[in-house]
Amino acid sequence: MSGESSTIDGLVEQKYQHGFVTDIESDTLPPGLSEDVIRAISKRKDEPEWLLEWRLKAYASWLEMEQPDWAHLKIDPIDFQAISYFSAPKSDKDRPQSLDDVDPKLLETYDKLGVPLHERARLAGVAVDAVFDSVSVGTTFKAELQKAGVIFCSFSEAVKDHPELVQKYLGSVVPQRDNYFAALNCAVFTDGSFVFIPKGVRCPMELSTYFRINAAETGQFERTLIVAEEGSHVSYLEGCTAPMRDENQLHAAVVELIALDDANIKYSTVQNWYPGDENGVGGIYNFVTKRGDCRGPRSRISWTQVETGSAITWKYPSCILRGDDSVGEFYSVALTSNYQQADTGTKMIHIGRNTRSKIISKGISAMQGQNAYRGLVRVTPRAENARNYTQCDSMLIGKKCGAHTFPYIEVRNPTAKVEHEATTSRIGEDQLFYCLQRGISEEDAVSMIVDGFCKQVFKELPMEFAVEAKALLEVSLEGAVG
Amino acid sequence: MLKITNLHANVAGKPILKGLNLDLKAGEIHAIMGPNGAGKSTLGNVLAGREGYEVTAGEVLFNGKNLLEMEPEERACEGVFLAFQYPVEIPGVNNTYFLRAALNAQRKYRGEAELDSAGFLRLVREKLEILHIGDGLLHRAVNEGFSGGEKKRNEIFQMAVLEPTLAILDETDSGLDIDALKTVAEGVNRLRSEDRGMIVVTHYQRLLEYIVPDKVHVLADGQLVATGGADLALKLEEQGYAWLDDGGIASLDSNNAEQTLSP
Repeated sequence: MSGESSTIDGLVEQKYQHGFVTDIESDTLPPGLSEDVIRAISKRKDEPEWLLEWRLKAYASWLEMEQPDWAHLKIDPIDFQAISYFSAPKSDKDRPQSLDDVDPKLLETYDKLGVPLHERARLAGVAVDAVFDSVSVGTTFKAELQKAGVIFCSFSEAVKDHPELVQKYLGSVVPQRDNYFAALNCAVFTDGSFVFIPKGVRCPMELSTYFRINAAETGQFERTLIVAEEGSHVSYLEGCTAPMRDENQLHAAVVELIALDDANIKYSTVQNWYPGDENGVGGIYNFVTKRGDCRGPRSRISWTQVETGSAITWKYPSCILRGDDSVGEFYSVALTSNYQQADTGTKMIHIGRNTRSKIISKGISAMQGQNAYRGLVRVTPRAENARNYTQCDSMLIGKKCGAHTFPYIEVRNPTAKVEHEATTSRIGEDQLFYCLQRGISEEDAVSMIVDGFCKQVFKELPMEFAVEAKALLEVSLEGAVG
Repeated sequence: MLKITNLHANVAGKPILKGLNLDLKAGEIHAIMGPNGAGKSTLGNVLAGREGYEVTAGEVLFNGKNLLEMEPEERACEGVFLAFQYPVEIPGVNNTYFLRAALNAQRKYRGEAELDSAGFLRLVREKLEILHIGDGLLHRAVNEGFSGGEKKRNEIFQMAVLEPTLAILDETDSGLDIDALKTVAEGVNRLRSEDRGMIVVTHYQRLLEYIVPDKVHVLADGQLVATGGADLALKLEEQGYAWLDDGGIASLDSNNAEQTLSP
């Protein structure tokens, strides 16, 4: 009906709540990218020679590559020379030994974000490796994890303390030349997280990292590496917010997961970076390469993501199902509002026998948001009895937004069973009216309908994260109607 | 309780209601019958405040308040309930959760304390018992994958929980087999009360065998062209609606038809 679009458009308008800037003097490299910059980063981080060589090799590859343009995204040209590639809080020189030593302003920032470190860590039993800009400032529960033999630390620490592990696994899932943004990350990454779960160990708590981009004009290039040895289990949570900015900020992370025989890795993300204002100005460019390698038989990797932020999202958390009987899962909710664009999905590469994969993707578009699902299911010739189930649902709120689905299915083994289901629905005027007629307000109705739509994905998230994700969607859709 | 005076309404710019008058008292059930396209469903939607239904003239007073000035959710909170002809599916939203959200929104509006889960569950069990409905639908998503009969039963169940002052049943009988129809009608009859008015919109007389109305109105071309007792429905069943066009209104037995012809 005539009033529908104006009503619903209002609900999607919602100011970014984490738009504040912490006043901490940053130790920042001047903008620009060159071999010298990479050497400077490596030197500041006091890295071994092999890692510098590794970075330089990646940089050489990157110089020969071109920015991909196949995604359903409109991206303004990025001036890589205008970006500063290193930024650390000043206190980095004098690293805090415990949370008590952490700059109180920093802790205050986390407070504003609703991440009270001690409380959260103690009450919820979650160890938090908080990445503020590019350098880790606090890691908790280390001792307890150590007792279990689990290594959970910043990437820089891992390079210093466990070089053999880093060298063995770094780049083994996402090679330096994998893609343009991954190559860039390999060249200039500053920090991130490292997790190692030894053989047979079930990680005693959920591991969580909060990322936050803070210094202006600073691209952030994290590197996450998770290795689960034979028979081990780990659940890892990643959540992000960023302060309000006018300039686009580039973010190109790489996440590598390795699951050996019978290992189980669950990786959950709630992403709420600054999406730009209601006119499409500003916002984070999020070009992420996430890939898991089910290297051993009967291993399992499960990606769950709730993506509500960023101006542009380019992200395909994938699974390489190498081990026989291995399982890959991808559960995703992606919301685009205002002028946000997302091209996201997954790749499931079936190599081992009896490998199974499951893809549940929920895209929500509101205002002028554009949301694309892009998914590849590949069954290689020796992957006997491979199974895939894909369900791909899109919800449109209002009339100016778009939903697009690009499934790619390549099957080279006749025993494969691949199913793909897709639906597109509009939050109907009829659904809304039904709720209103029972006395429920428009805002409550929309969040109820959206929440119902996302239920299959939310139930895959750890409890606490699910609550956060639900609240995040509500906040993101507040004001979309009315 | 409900007084509709000279109501005109357009849908997509096209006049559908053209001067409708109706006076419903508390405790009464009025049936509105009429051929397809007469504006039966429009009336329910206009009263409930659905977008796209534009009132161009007339007045609707509900318990002395101007109903047309209220937002749809306000009308619901004031006690207007529309049982939908096509109840809407809301995937992933639990039926009980939905109904509790609705009830508590209404209670809050009326300045009453919200019901907690335990209190709500007690209420729900009590209503299910009264209506002889199993608790299977409590655990499912709102109308998702419900059969036609289940959807209509769910509407009546919602009505029982929300306890409206004015209930409008929009073709609640459509698509029901005789058993489902009986169950639904029985539910409605159990909810008859002295302080509740009901408008039963239907195309067929069949429903009125089970829900006996105090008055039957005939809606044709946007107006109530005839009003009578329960037996008017039978006459309509026998003769169809065609005779209305042929000046048949005048032939109505004047003993049981108070003629309400509009100019």
